[in-house]
Amino acid sequence: MDRAAIIGIGMTKIEARKVDMTFADMAFEAVRGALADAGMSIDDIDNVITTSNDFWDGRTISCMAVGDASGASDKNVSCVEGDGTFGAFYGLARTLSGSYGTTLVTGHSKGSQSVSSLITNAAFDPIYNRTLGADMITACALQANAYMARTGATAEQLARVSVKNHGNALLNPNAHLGMKLTVKDVLDSEMISDPLHRLDCSPVSDGCCAIIIADEKRAKKAKKQPVWIKGVGMCADAYFLGDRDLSRSESLVKAAKSAYAMAGISSPEKTIDIAEVYDAFSYQELMWLEGLGLCADGEAGAKLEKGEFDIAGSLPVNPSGGLLGGHAVIAAGLYRIAEVVRQVRGEAGKYQAKKADTGLAHGVNGLAGQSHCVWILGKDR
Amino acid sequence: MDGGQRRQSGICGMEEIIMADVFKGIEPMVYKSRISVPYHWWAGETASRFLIALRDERKILGTRCTGCGKTYLPPRKNCPSCFEAAMDWVECAREGTVLAFTVARRQLASLPRKVPVIFVLVRLDGADTALLHYLEGIDPGSVRISMRVAARFAQERGARMQDIECFVPKGE
Repeated sequence: MDRAAIIGIGMTKIEARKVDMTFADMAFEAVRGALADAGMSIDDIDNVITTSNDFWDGRTISCMAVGDASGASDKNVSCVEGDGTFGAFYGLARTLSGSYGTTLVTGHSKGSQSVSSLITNAAFDPIYNRTLGADMITACALQANAYMARTGATAEQLARVSVKNHGNALLNPNAHLGMKLTVKDVLDSEMISDPLHRLDCSPVSDGCCAIIIADEKRAKKAKKQPVWIKGVGMCADAYFLGDRDLSRSESLVKAAKSAYAMAGISSPEKTIDIAEVYDAFSYQELMWLEGLGLCADGEAGAKLEKGEFDIAGSLPVNPSGGLLGGHAVIAAGLYRIAEVVRQVRGEAGKYQAKKADTGLAHGVNGLAGQSHCVWILGKDR
Repeated sequence: MDGGQRRQSGICGMEEIIMADVFKGIEPMVYKSRISVPYHWWAGETASRFLIALRDERKILGTRCTGCGKTYLPPRKNCPSCFEAAMDWVECAREGTVLAFTVARRQLASLPRKVPVIFVLVRLDGADTALLHYLEGIDPGSVRISMRVAARFAQERGARMQDIECFVPKGE
């Protein structure tokens, strides 16, 4: 394919309650940050994609309400409902179409303003499922049990993910929930829905992330070295939970394979230096790493225990603290992309991995990982 | 999006939830409201037939794809796997196997009943996919994947998913 790169990133601090900011205030701050990072003005932006969810925002056509704050008022602006990685995929496609030299992509949400359980319950089919009252946590708890039963992953291993990522978040000034924890702290925390304790679950946070994607010609005009988009892949599984083998993620396997193929990567476990994956719940980091082919099926827990996924390990995973360190729904995957950009540039400060020439960012949309979007980003063109 | 207590809409101060002086010299305001829009989902031909069979015959009907042979429960009008249009109706057994479970222990806002609530994905004999429902009649700590369960029908039925009241361990 033609080449495209990420040339600017902007992130608000992820927080429990941004009472001092509206949606538009957050978008404005993130977009200004991305423009400054790229050394550009809003006039250099050819088109805009905003990513949001109407239920989370409490208004219909929520994506358009942040258009002005995203500098889109006199531009071609389009919207994606879903995780920010999906919005970025659309933004990349628009850039590669040749019609736009630069595309600004934003993703925002404020989980603090509503009740997450009611919003995620509304994702279930209203005729067959919704009135039973399951939500995102209970759906993912079903998946966690199925995954643990099939692979033998243990509650201690899940807790260890939480310990690692909350610990990493302490090093990231943008993170919402940095904490020094022990495995015992996690296992002793309130059981919300077996096998998920409170500290196995990411917090619901507020935040906005923006990135600027550019074609090769425009990327060369950016202030910093472009971070090149080497490969992307997307795949969805069945909608109904009962149609899937919840203990596996076939859609992630397919999304990852297509991203690796585009990037010309044959041994991802050797090529990928760092990964930012969608750890909305502790078990997901292990399950997604296996689906991504970054370790063999059922072996992520043991590798985690050996410290291989620590910042100083052989494959740092979620050095930023991941979603467990701060989960602005919708924006979460876009934050993963921006964090990989930071790593590849060597700008991650206290949570910088030693080697980060090639990084992987991952986003999820839908109940219990229904669909996945995988990005391979690299230093070399 | 209709949980919690009914509150009046309107602007009010946020003192009760804000400790820090976020704004200098400005009283932080919040607009409290709720979204409550009446909505009617037409169940469609396939789900209607499924729900009527639950209500009137206490039968659990799935649909089998004439192309790939996969049997869906809840029934689908067309096959999502092979994209075949034609499906045959089949009656599934009331008994099946638990493929996944969880025990909700926190009173999450979406839960219509008191915790603990046991959710299960049950694959009924004769079906290839699993049904999401409740499990009762068992200590929450004793639920296991691959245990056998059976549907218990509600006495009063109204062509709803809750016409199956819950699943219970087989043999109860």
